[in-house]
Amino acid sequence: MRFGVVRFPGSCDETDALLACRRFGEAEIVWHRERDLHGLDAVVLPGGFSYGDYLRVGAIARFSPIMRAIVEFARVGGPVLGICNGFQVLCEARLLPGALLPNTGLRFLCRQVDVRVANADTSFTRACGRGERLSLPVKHGAGRFYAPDEVLDAMEANGQIALRYADGHNPNGSARDAAGVTNEAGNVLGLMPHPEHATDPLTGSTDGGRLFASAVEQIAEGTAVAA
Amino acid sequence: MKARVLIRPKEGILDPQGQAVERALPALGFEGVESVHVGRLVELEVADPSRLGEMCEQLLANPLIEDYEVELDDGAAR
Repeated sequence: MRFGVVRFPGSCDETDALLACRRFGEAEIVWHRERDLHGLDAVVLPGGFSYGDYLRVGAIARFSPIMRAIVEFARVGGPVLGICNGFQVLCEARLLPGALLPNTGLRFLCRQVDVRVANADTSFTRACGRGERLSLPVKHGAGRFYAPDEVLDAMEANGQIALRYADGHNPNGSARDAAGVTNEAGNVLGLMPHPEHATDPLTGSTDGGRLFASAVEQIAEGTAVAA
Repeated sequence: MKARVLIRPKEGILDPQGQAVERALPALGFEGVESVHVGRLVELEVADPSRLGEMCEQLLANPLIEDYEVELDDGAAR
């Protein structure tokens, strides 16, 4: 099992993501100028401030050369995880529906929140139980998930709001308490909380490991296609 | 040709930046201000202004959350 963690100019969580992946398999950094995923089994777009958040969060990273390969990888069912800024990039790249707007309170948030697994049948939640609570940190200024109501209705009907902030834990005003959303097929997940910062008992929670374990389980079953 | 692209949050989408500015103005004694929205201005020179719409749709704005307006240097809005 080989994870690739993409490093954009301005990424800052790629090392934690790499270390988190290495608890569950092999992992390497992929520079954003690469054009090929070289047989990776799963791809992580890490948190940070790619391209300094210029124009809009995630807007410029979408045009990095590696994104073309990632779009194709996602299209054939490859597991793609976007964390925080990675989530913003996936929305801008139209791999996920919706957009991330500035937090309702306008403040940068840094705290531990609980999320509930609303769909345990996606590439990154299949090792979880439905309704299970995960304790994960958030740290972002633009994490308010938005999509038009009709899009949100369709997403809910299709199980695409895979992770929801637990009651009273929605920190940023996200629509329908969406903390993590998937594409229609369920192989691309974007979330604002940081699972990669919750894999070591030292930091208080190891719940984030469930997401990486899910991808490993999926690859082991051979249900995803390698790049 | 010089062009300006005005980008603003779509109507109906919560604009906390605009709200914060709206609340700050009365504190300085500026009363009677409402409906404040904060957007962006992109100035550019383009060889082919007919492609500005595509540029807005694909990069300068996110049409899901933002409205945009293009002004060419003759001052007319398109």
